[in-house]
Amino acid sequence: MSGKNINLTLKIWRQNSPEDRGRWEIFQAKDISTEASFLEMLDIVNEQLALAGKEPVAFDHDCREGICGTCGCAVNGRPHGPDRETTLCQLHMRRFQEGDTLVIEPYRARAFPVIKDLVVDRSAFDGVIQAGGFVSVNTGQAQDANNLPVPRDDAERAMDAAACIGCGACVAACPNAAAMLFVSAKVSHLAVLPQGRTEAARRALSMVAQMDAAGFGNCTNHKECEVECPKGISISNIARLNREFIKAGLASKE
Amino acid sequence: MIWVARIFSTSIGKKQLMAVTGILFLVFLTTHLLGNLSIYGGIEAFNAYAEHLHALGKLLVVAEVGLVVALIIHVTLAIILFFENRKARPIKYAVDKSGGGGRTLSSQTMPFTGLLILAFVGLHLANLSHHIVDQTNRTIFQIAYEVFANKGILIFYLASMVVVGLHVRHGLWSAFQTIGANHPKYMPFIEWLSIFFAVIVAVGFGSLPLAILALK
Repeated sequence: MSGKNINLTLKIWRQNSPEDRGRWEIFQAKDISTEASFLEMLDIVNEQLALAGKEPVAFDHDCREGICGTCGCAVNGRPHGPDRETTLCQLHMRRFQEGDTLVIEPYRARAFPVIKDLVVDRSAFDGVIQAGGFVSVNTGQAQDANNLPVPRDDAERAMDAAACIGCGACVAACPNAAAMLFVSAKVSHLAVLPQGRTEAARRALSMVAQMDAAGFGNCTNHKECEVECPKGISISNIARLNREFIKAGLASKE
Repeated sequence: MIWVARIFSTSIGKKQLMAVTGILFLVFLTTHLLGNLSIYGGIEAFNAYAEHLHALGKLLVVAEVGLVVALIIHVTLAIILFFENRKARPIKYAVDKSGGGGRTLSSQTMPFTGLLILAFVGLHLANLSHHIVDQTNRTIFQIAYEVFANKGILIFYLASMVVVGLHVRHGLWSAFQTIGANHPKYMPFIEWLSIFFAVIVAVGFGSLPLAILALK
């Protein structure tokens, strides 16, 4: 595999603090290897900024393997950039052409306030998980395998929903900044398993209540979340959340 | 009854009320279109249909009250949801691009097509409702013919039917998704039905004024 080097113009959102109004800054990214990842490209730009005595661009990242859900910002209007089912760290510069201009901005949502530059506070998601995204079990010896029979299809559905890494791209992509894909994935991966059924009604009601309280918008079924989700979470999970919610609301004692 | 308020004041609860009232309007559109298609049986058939419908008396009033209540719920919640959604993203993206395969013209214009439909319903009732228009000396056909003889009204009606089609195209499948009816077995059919029903509504209702004008 032979790479080449390209030159890019970056238009990056700079914001010093949550209270700062923020502004756009233009950078020239010169001689970027097309084999570099997007975050490596930002590292190179930051190194140059640091050498020039300027403040580097703050951005979130951790595993850089596409599994932790820490990275993410909007590149030319697309959360995690233009590739399907790809986190920003797994996006590579070969995706771009010589001379391209990239507009890089943080996820925009009232529930995700900007901390600095491209870093947003996604602890609203933690609040939703704390409200019910768990199964209450007694600790002790691990159960024998297959003590609770789970049909294979249910296990697959649960795993598909559990693939959610909580990166927030669904909120970022949604024209209403709704968190329904995230919440529905977290409700679904427990709701389809016997271990999760016991608390299913309480979980659906309290997680939705917390989602509303955090200031996310309302889902209007634009499907943008499904398109941008780096883990390919389906909106059929949102339908399941809707089902679980109305079932809990009208037919449970919660 | 506190639990009812608690459920239907949440985001999902509000949307489910939108969905149920929306489905009610879809059922109404179906019966309204089927009845009005009697125009293709001739002027006599059309007038006879209207007479039979009005002869339902109290039953018709119950249906009308139901539709008005549904309309009030649908519109009120639409306004609340619209402003909540605007508030959820105070700072807009500098570049706002769809990934493709997501939002559609229909899904993005729902609040606006909804408002236009509301304006249309107002004019439509003022023009043709048997509660408002006196029909002691004129048949339904004559009243309708006089309304559509006005070019401006005719064009507004035809344009409004395209708008209704746009609203239905996103509204139908969206309502099923919101009440939780999304399954790999039948969702492709519902998405297809959404487009098919939108075309039927736009073409079906749109053809009625033209048929009425052609029959004089």
